[in-house]
Amino acid sequence: MQHLLQLWSYEFVFQGGRMDALMLSRVQFAVTCMFHFIFVPLTLGISVMIAWMETRYVMTGDEMWLRMTKFWGKLFLINFALGVVTGITMEFQFGMNWAEYSRYVGDIFGAPLAIEATVAFFLESVFIGLWIFGWNKVSKKVHALSIWLVAIATNLSGLVILLANGWMQHPVGYVLRNNRAEMVDFMAVLTNPYGLIKFGHQLLSGYAVAAFFVMGISAWHLLRKNETDFFKRSFRMAAIFGLFATLMVAFFGDLHSVEIAKTQPAKFAAMESIWETKKGVGMNLLLLPSEASESNIIEKFQIPNLVSLLAFHDSNAEIQGLKSIPKDERPPVLPVFASFRIMVGLGSYLVLASLLAVFFSYKGSIESQRLFLKLLVFSIPLPYIANQLGWIVAEVGRQPWIVYGVLKTSDAVSRNISGLQVAVSLFGFTVLYGVLGVIDIYLLFKYARKGPENDVSELIHVQGRA
Amino acid sequence: MELSTFQIIWFILWGFLWGTYFMLDGFVLGTGFMSGFLARNDTERRVLINTVGPVWDGNEVWLVTAGGATFAAFPTTYALMFSNLYSALLLLLFALIVRGVSFEFRGKIDGTPWTGGWDKAITISSFLPAFLFGVAFGNLFMGIPMRNDFTAITFAYEGGLLSLLNPYGLLTGVLFVMLFAVHGSLYAAVKTTGELSERAAAMANKLWLPLLVVTTAFMAYTYPATKLYDNYLNHPALMVIPFIAVASLLMLKASASSGKLHRAFTFSCLTVAFVFFTGIGGLFPNLIPSTLDVASNLTIYNSSSSLYTLRIMTVVILIFVPIIIAYKIWIYRIFRARVTSEDVLNNPEAY
Repeated sequence: MQHLLQLWSYEFVFQGGRMDALMLSRVQFAVTCMFHFIFVPLTLGISVMIAWMETRYVMTGDEMWLRMTKFWGKLFLINFALGVVTGITMEFQFGMNWAEYSRYVGDIFGAPLAIEATVAFFLESVFIGLWIFGWNKVSKKVHALSIWLVAIATNLSGLVILLANGWMQHPVGYVLRNNRAEMVDFMAVLTNPYGLIKFGHQLLSGYAVAAFFVMGISAWHLLRKNETDFFKRSFRMAAIFGLFATLMVAFFGDLHSVEIAKTQPAKFAAMESIWETKKGVGMNLLLLPSEASESNIIEKFQIPNLVSLLAFHDSNAEIQGLKSIPKDERPPVLPVFASFRIMVGLGSYLVLASLLAVFFSYKGSIESQRLFLKLLVFSIPLPYIANQLGWIVAEVGRQPWIVYGVLKTSDAVSRNISGLQVAVSLFGFTVLYGVLGVIDIYLLFKYARKGPENDVSELIHVQGRA
Repeated sequence: MELSTFQIIWFILWGFLWGTYFMLDGFVLGTGFMSGFLARNDTERRVLINTVGPVWDGNEVWLVTAGGATFAAFPTTYALMFSNLYSALLLLLFALIVRGVSFEFRGKIDGTPWTGGWDKAITISSFLPAFLFGVAFGNLFMGIPMRNDFTAITFAYEGGLLSLLNPYGLLTGVLFVMLFAVHGSLYAAVKTTGELSERAAAMANKLWLPLLVVTTAFMAYTYPATKLYDNYLNHPALMVIPFIAVASLLMLKASASSGKLHRAFTFSCLTVAFVFFTGIGGLFPNLIPSTLDVASNLTIYNSSSSLYTLRIMTVVILIFVPIIIAYKIWIYRIFRARVTSEDVLNNPEAY
C-alpha cells in the first residue's frame, strides 16, 4: 500500500506535476490569503473604534458608551476569531508551498515575520484574553487599556506585514550572496517608502471597512427605530471615522500610485492599460484592453494628461508603455486594470457616502434619511471588495515576479511537493474555510440584528468594586 | 561575536521557543481532548473551556513565534521542514484552525446539536495537534529521508506520503498525547472546583503510570532509533536535561498523590519542556538529520541566516521575550482564581 502511494506521488512529481504544484499553490495562496483578509481589515479599524468607545465610557461614566463597547465588541470578537486562526496558515504556507522562496529570501523576509509575532501578536492575543474575560477582574482603566493594546498591536502587525510585502514589491537593503538574498541594511527595510505608504493606504482602508460596517448596521437598526439614540451615536462616530479614513485612503492611494509608477513601471502600465511609451498621457474614462492585440479596443472620453499628472505630478511626464516591457515580464493586464478601476470607483463612492453621512449626522436628521440609510446597509460589502481588489492589483500586478526583479514566482514554489498534495490541500482549505466562513457570517448577522444588551448595571457594579 | 556563536544562541532559542509552546499549549490541548472524559454535563464542559479561555490564544502565539524564528534564523530548515512534512502540517493546521474557532463559536448558539458538535470538534482538534506534533518531532529526532546538496542547491525528499508513520514517530506521537493528557488534567484540577477538580486530579493520577511506561519506552527506543544519545555520551554534563525530565515526572506523581496539585502542575510543566529539550539537546548541531547521508543533515551551520540577520533577531528576541514573559505572568496572576459553575453561568462574556 505504502509503495503504491509512493509510486503515485512520484508519478505526479515527474510527469508535469511541478507545473500543477505551481499553479495550484498560487490558487491556494490566493484563496487562503483573500479569505484571511475578509477578517483583517475590520479588526484593524473596529478595534480602534471600540477602544475609543470604552475610553469615552471611562472618561464620562455614560452607560451608553459601555453598551456600545459591548455590542460592537461582540461583533468584533466573532470576526476576530477567524482572523486569528486563518493567520497561522499564512505563516506555514511560505514554507509548505513556497520553500524555494523561503530559502532564497528567508534571511531578509523571515525577520519581519518573527518580529511581528514577538512584538505584535503576543500583545494582541494576550490582551484580547484580558479584555474578553477581565471585565470583573481589573479596573475600568486597565480594561480600557487592554483594548488599546489590542488595537495598537493589530495596527503594528499590519505595519510589519506591509513592510514585508513592501520588500517583495520593492526590494531594498539586501545583496545577492551565497545563492540567496541577504539582508545588509535593516533600517532600509524598515523605512522602505513603498511599504510605509502601502501601510498607510491599507490601514486606512481597514478603518473604512470598520466605519461602513458600523454605519451599515446602525442604519439597519435606525430604519427599524431600534435603540435610536444608541445607533445615532454609533452612526455619527462611524461617519466621522469613515470620512477621515476614506479621504486618507485616497491621499495615500495617490502617494502609492506615484511610488508604483517610479518603482514598478510594468504594474503601473497594467493598472492604466498603457501600451505605448508616451509623454503627457491622458486618461480614458471608458477603456478596454486587449492583450492579444497589445492595445485597447475601446478608448473613449479622454481627460488629457491626467495619467501623467497622477503618476509623476507632472502633466507632461513620460509613461512607460507595456510594449517596451518583454512579454514574459508583463503582468496580466485585464485583471489588474479592471481591479484598479473598480477599486478607485468604489473608493470615490465611499468618500461621497461618508461626506453625506457626516452631513446628515450633524444636521441631526439621519434617521429620516431612509433612502440613504438603506443605501448604507447595502454598502457594507463595498469597502471589503475594494480591499480585495487592491490586493489583486498589488499581487497580480507584480507577476511574473514574487520579489520584483529578483525572483520569479515560477522559481519560488516548493520542489518537493506534488500537484496531488496541493490539490488535496486546496480542496481541504476551500471546504473548511467555506464552512467556517458561512458560520461566522451567520453569527455576525445574528448578533448584529439582535442589537445591544440593555442591562449593564451588573457590570458597572462589579467594575466599581475592582 | 562570530557567526557560529549566534548560530548556537539561535539553536538554544529555537529549542526554547518550541519547548515553551509545548509546555503552554500542551495543557490547553490536553484539557481540550480530555474534556469529554472529565466533564459530566454542559456546565462542566463550559467551565473547562473557560479555564483556558483567557490564555489559549496567547499560548498559541508561541507556535507562531517558533515558526517565525525558524524562518528568520534557519530559513533553509524552515523551508525544508515545512515542505517535506507538507501533508502532516496541513492536517495540523486544519486542527488548530478548528480548535481556535470552536471556543468562540460553541456558546454562540444554544441547543445540543450545536454545542455537542463543537464539543466533538474540540476533542478531535485538540487531540490531533498533540499526536501530530509528536509524530513530526519523533521523525525530526530520527531524521527524515532527504538528500540535500548545499553547494548545488538541490534538495530532494525521498519519503512517501505515509513514511512519517513509522514506529518511532508513532511512539513519539503517543508520548506527546500522554504528556498532554496528564498536563491538561492537572491544569483542569487546579483551575476548577469541587467534583470536577477531584475527577481531573484522579485522572492525572490514573494516567501517570501509562505515561511512565510510554516515556520509558520512548527513552529506550530512542537509543536504537536515533543518534540523540551521542551528545549525552560525549558530554555527560548535558545529562542534567534528561535528569530534570525524569525527576520532574517522578515528583509530579509524588505531588499529585499527596494532593499538592499546584506543585504537581509545575512539575508537569517541567516534564513536558524537559522531555522535549532532551530530544533537542541530542540533536545539536543538527536541526533535522537525514537518514540517507550525513552530508544531507540540516545543521545550524549550513541552514542559518547571515550574521547580520542573526544579530538583529537576537537583539529583538532578547528585548521582547522578557517583556512578553512579564506581561504573561501578570495576566496569569489576574486569572489565577479557579473557575466555578457560577462564574460561567453568570458571566455573559464567558465562552
